[in-house]
Parts: sequence; C-alpha cells; structure tokens
Amino acid sequence: MFYRDRKEWADLEPVPQDDGPNPVVKIAYSEKFSDVYDYFRALLKKDERSDRAFALTAEAIELNAANYTVWHYRRVLLQALQKDLREEMRYITDIIEEQPKNYQVWHHRRMVVEWLNDPSEELEFIADILSQDAKNYHAWQHRQWVIQEYKLWDNELEFVEKLLEEDVRNNSVWNQRHFVISHTTGYSSPAILDREVQYCLNQIRKAPHNESAWNYLKGILQDRGMSSHPGLLEQVLELKETHCSPYLLAFLVDCYEDALENNNQKETLNRALEVCEYLAQEKDTIRKEYWLFLQRSLESRFECIDVLLCQGISPLLKSDIKNGV
Amino acid sequence: LPRPTLLREQHYQYLKKGLRHLSDSYECLDASRPWLCYWILHSLELLEEPIPAAVASDVCQFLARCQSPTGGFAGGPGQHAHLAPTYAAVNALCIIGTEEAYNVIDREKLLDFLWSVKQPDGSFVMHVGGEVDVRSAYCAASVASLTNILTPKLFEDTPSWILRCQNWEGGLGGVPGLEAHGGYTFCGTAALVILGKEHMLDLKALLRWVVSRQMRFEGGFQGRCNKLVDGCYSFWQAGLLPLLHRAFFKEGESQLSRQRWMFEQQALQEYILLCCQNPAGGLLDKPGKSRDFYHTCYCLSGLSIAQHFGNVDLHHELILGKEENRLAPTHPVYNICPEKVAQALQHFHQLPVPEADQRHGASTDMRAGVTAGIA
Repeated sequence: MFYRDRKEWADLEPVPQDDGPNPVVKIAYSEKFSDVYDYFRALLKKDERSDRAFALTAEAIELNAANYTVWHYRRVLLQALQKDLREEMRYITDIIEEQPKNYQVWHHRRMVVEWLNDPSEELEFIADILSQDAKNYHAWQHRQWVIQEYKLWDNELEFVEKLLEEDVRNNSVWNQRHFVISHTTGYSSPAILDREVQYCLNQIRKAPHNESAWNYLKGILQDRGMSSHPGLLEQVLELKETHCSPYLLAFLVDCYEDALENNNQKETLNRALEVCEYLAQEKDTIRKEYWLFLQRSLESRFECIDVLLCQGISPLLKSDIKNGV
Repeated sequence: LPRPTLLREQHYQYLKKGLRHLSDSYECLDASRPWLCYWILHSLELLEEPIPAAVASDVCQFLARCQSPTGGFAGGPGQHAHLAPTYAAVNALCIIGTEEAYNVIDREKLLDFLWSVKQPDGSFVMHVGGEVDVRSAYCAASVASLTNILTPKLFEDTPSWILRCQNWEGGLGGVPGLEAHGGYTFCGTAALVILGKEHMLDLKALLRWVVSRQMRFEGGFQGRCNKLVDGCYSFWQAGLLPLLHRAFFKEGESQLSRQRWMFEQQALQEYILLCCQNPAGGLLDKPGKSRDFYHTCYCLSGLSIAQHFGNVDLHHELILGKEENRLAPTHPVYNICPEKVAQALQHFHQLPVPEADQRHGASTDMRAGVTAGIA
C-alpha cells in the first residue's frame, strides 16, 4: 500500500524529486519507489525523528541500499529514538547477506558494532559471508578492522590455513596471512621467515602455477633481500626442472637482481638478461614490453664497470651512446 | 578472424538515449546520477560525438541541483554531498567546458566540503559520517586541482597515508593492510601524481604488480591476482602504465620505450573489441554479462589508452582494425580528454584560491550561533 494512501501519513506532504524542467539521466522509477522516496524527502525536510520515519528508512533502503543519505538518516534516528542496537545488528546481518557487495551496509554494521562496543559476532558472521564468496573485498576489510580494533588476532592464522586448504589460489587469503603475521610475530625472526618460506615452497610444489604463492614468497623476502635466504636460489633452480612457470622465472630474475645489488658479477648479469629474454620471447610474451624494459634496465645499471674502463669508455657515456643521445 | 570493428553507431545511440532516459533497472544508481552524467559524457567525447548545446546546458542545470548547499555534489537532488559524485560532477562539467558549466561549481563551498571530510591521519571519508578508503584521496585531489582550490595544508599527511596502502604485492589496497586491487591502485597512484609525490611509492614493485595483471589468454586485465578478467580494468589497470611511464621518466629512467606502454596494447584492444561489445550498443565486463554505462565508459577509456602512446610532444598510435576504431586520447590522471583538462586548469587558475574555513565539520548554523552569541 502506498504511503500516499495511508491515513497515518496524511499529515505529511510528500516532496517530489526536483530534477528541474529538462531532466537528464532521468530514471523511470516505479510507482513504489517514487512513493517511498517522496515521503523520505518529506521526513528529511522536517528532520522528523519518529518511529514511522525509522520504519520508512528500511523501505527506502530495500529499494536502493546504496542511498547513503538514507543510511545516515537511519543512524540519526537510531540514536535519537534510542533504538535497540541488538535488533539493528539482526537487521544489518540480513541486509548484508542479501547485498554483500555494497559499501553502505558494511559501514553501517561497523557503526553499530562500535556503538555496542561488541565485536563478538563479527568473525563468525564474516566467515559466513566468505563461505559464499571467499574474495568479498568488503568482508575482508571489515574483518581486518574488527581484528585490529579489538585485538582478535589469536585464531586468525588458523582461519587463514583452513581457507588456503580450501583454495590455495585465493589471493585474499594470502593477503590475510601477511596481515596477521606482520601484525603479530613479524617476519624478522629467522624461525618465522624460514617457516613461511618453507610453507610457500610446499604450496608451490602442490600447485606450481599459483601466482599468489610466488608473489607471497617474493613479498616476504624483498625487503630483506632475496639472496639473503641461504639455499633458496638453489632450491628454485631445482624446481625449475619439474615445476617451471613464468612466476618461477620471474622470481629467478629477482634473485639475480638482488645478488647483483650486493655483488655485481658479469655471470650473474648474463643469467638475469637471459631469463628476461626467455620470458619476453617465449614464456611470458604478454609482458614482452616489460621484460625487455627490465632487461635494458639491468644491463644499464649493472654493466661491468671494469670492462668499460678497459675499453676506455665511461659507463655514463656508453649509456648515452646506446640511447642515441 | 576478421579485423574487429568498434560499433560506434550502436554505442552512440545507447549513450544518447541514456543521457536523457534510463529504465527502472537504474534505481540502484539513484544515488549516483552525476556518475551517469560523467560515464555517458566521457564515452561520447571518446567517440568524438559532439554534445548538443541544449543537452550540455541541461546537464549543467541538473548538476547544479545535485550541488549541496554546504558544498560538494550529491548523488541526486536533495541528497547529501559525497566525494564520488563530486568527482563525477566536476569531471562532467569540465567535459562540457562552457562558462556555464564552470560557473556551476561553488568553489568556496567545495573547499569547505573537502575540509569537512578530511581526517587527522591524512585520509578522507567519502562523506560526512561515511567510510574511509583511498578513492576519497583521488576524488578530493582531482576536484581540488582542476578547480584550483588546492592548498598544501588540505593534503597534509595524505601522501603518507596513501603510501601505507601499498602492500607486499606491490599494488595498493583500499586501506592499509588490504589486498592490492586495480581500482584502488589507480586512485592512490593518480592522487599521488596530482600531489607530486608519486616517487614516494615503490614504483618498481608497483610496475611489476600491474603488468602481471594482464591476462595472457584473454588480453584484458584482472582486478586482483588470481581473479577473472573484467573490461573495466582496461582503464583502472592499463591506465597505470602511462602514469608509471611519466613517473619513471621524471626519475631519470633512461630505458623507457619511446613508442609503447609497458603492456600488450594490441591484446587489450582485441579483448575489448572482440569480447566486450554488446551488438545493440554499450560495453561490458566479459561475454555473458549485461551492458551498463560504467563498463561502457571504462572499456572505451581503456581502448583509448591502448591506442595512444605519449603526450603532447611525442605521440604514437596503434589502432587495431580500421582507422574508424580510433578514439580520442584520454588524460590518464583525470580520465577526461586532455584538452578539457588544460581548458579547465586555464579557466580556474585565473581565479584566486578561496580562503578556507578550516574548522573541520563546522556547520554554518554553528558559526552563525557563535557570532550571534558574542554580539
């Protein structure tokens, strides 16, 4: 039944939308939509703080859950009318289950959790949403907020391991792994770093073409130096025989680059350039422009100084000649 | 496979109609109508279709009704101001580029709005009482720079907050700690470019991340590692390469190509033209999905990026298929045509930077009350 026909609303004059005389991007609203929003605008204009206003916000939300003005107003009413926040938690739970990819619903839930100062339902709720879509970005964002705000770190690594068992290619879970470890133990201790490196290599052996595992391996080593981890390069070269992938080869380039930074050797540079060439021309041709750039870049940075001096050419000048300056 | 064709006429009809009328399936975008204006107008400018003066004027008047009395633009008349429709409205008005369009923007109030959403840690909420993420920094930096209301104080601590969004993957997440994502990476990087602080990022790690997002079979881009291709990332992801090219160039990188971006331009064009066009007009995510104006805008924007290398001085084109597939170039920071960026900057830089009322969240009612009390 339309609001315009309801006796209890007869005192309120609906406010039609002011699109102007020559509207653009004019939406052909249904009768129901126009009716609800005409009354919403009326309430907003009056700043009416009543139960009937509160009830109407739910209808407005159902028609367009992305209307952030309605959500804001609902929050004003929640406080002004001292509404039962436990009931609001039940409401927002249902709405998120129906529309889990909407910004406003998650922000609203966060506000209610903050007002209640009660995160006790959150991890289970988010786990349920993730069971339906394990990569829902809003869900992971809310999860990280809850964990960090309320210091609920204790069981999260276990949660991560469970999800990686379900899908080792879920990049959101690898990110969560990094989130948990960097905020708890950190990666400084050799024991932890080694554990993580071994974990990665095990996952790579099981699924060699999983980019997430390779990215994580690089991600945890890059600040410390890829070549700092003893024996890793050898392990990767071994894997190259049976578990090769463009990701393995890229990792090799990164190892060589790191080695060059500490000890510029012609042999290392040549290996790096060779792998870049192999990636550009055969194994990762979609990224040809990038691999060729990296190749030129490495060549330019690590050109053997003593060779150039022998030739009587300064390295800077040689680079200019090459670039046609 | 025959040479792919851009279905110009069909897209034009779809856009022309949408600019005036939308079906009730667009009720879900009732709080995003300035976005609809921007997506459609930008698509038309990429197709080099002129906007009739009457339509342009109607858009100006509509966006004026979306402007909030306290500054910024809302998703529709009577709604609250929000950074996303603010970004879209300013871009749409700059595309129109008439005096009428520029005059719609209340610059003083816009600055007040930006201050009202600024947070102590350098971030911005999307609207008063709303959520924080890196989109807000981009929306704020975009409108502030175009309309010449940018002051160093407004963006104090913003670059360091954005930097915290770069993660172990090399890309950026929506807030610190989150998974690297194409949309957020674009917003964070473009915001830093506007603020002149892009060198603070680990550019090499970012470059490696973004080039790795191009799918070797589909040719299009994914939004995150191990997820599916989507036509809209043709802009959010591929659009990063011109930004990075410029950043590397500014740092003195000598090995940059002078003809190509560091992604496979032809493969992206193939993906868009062969997989993302609706025969009745409009573009889409991937085959089997419905068309919409968002995907139309960003697929065409990505196609433009893939077709045009360079800047004013150096320009190299790579058009897949007929010459008629050629789109207008787009500015990789603002995603409106470069001429419109230049024209807007020229117009607004003649005007003085407004004096801001920096009391965060202070409403005009409060101020009036205080002065009355003193008197």
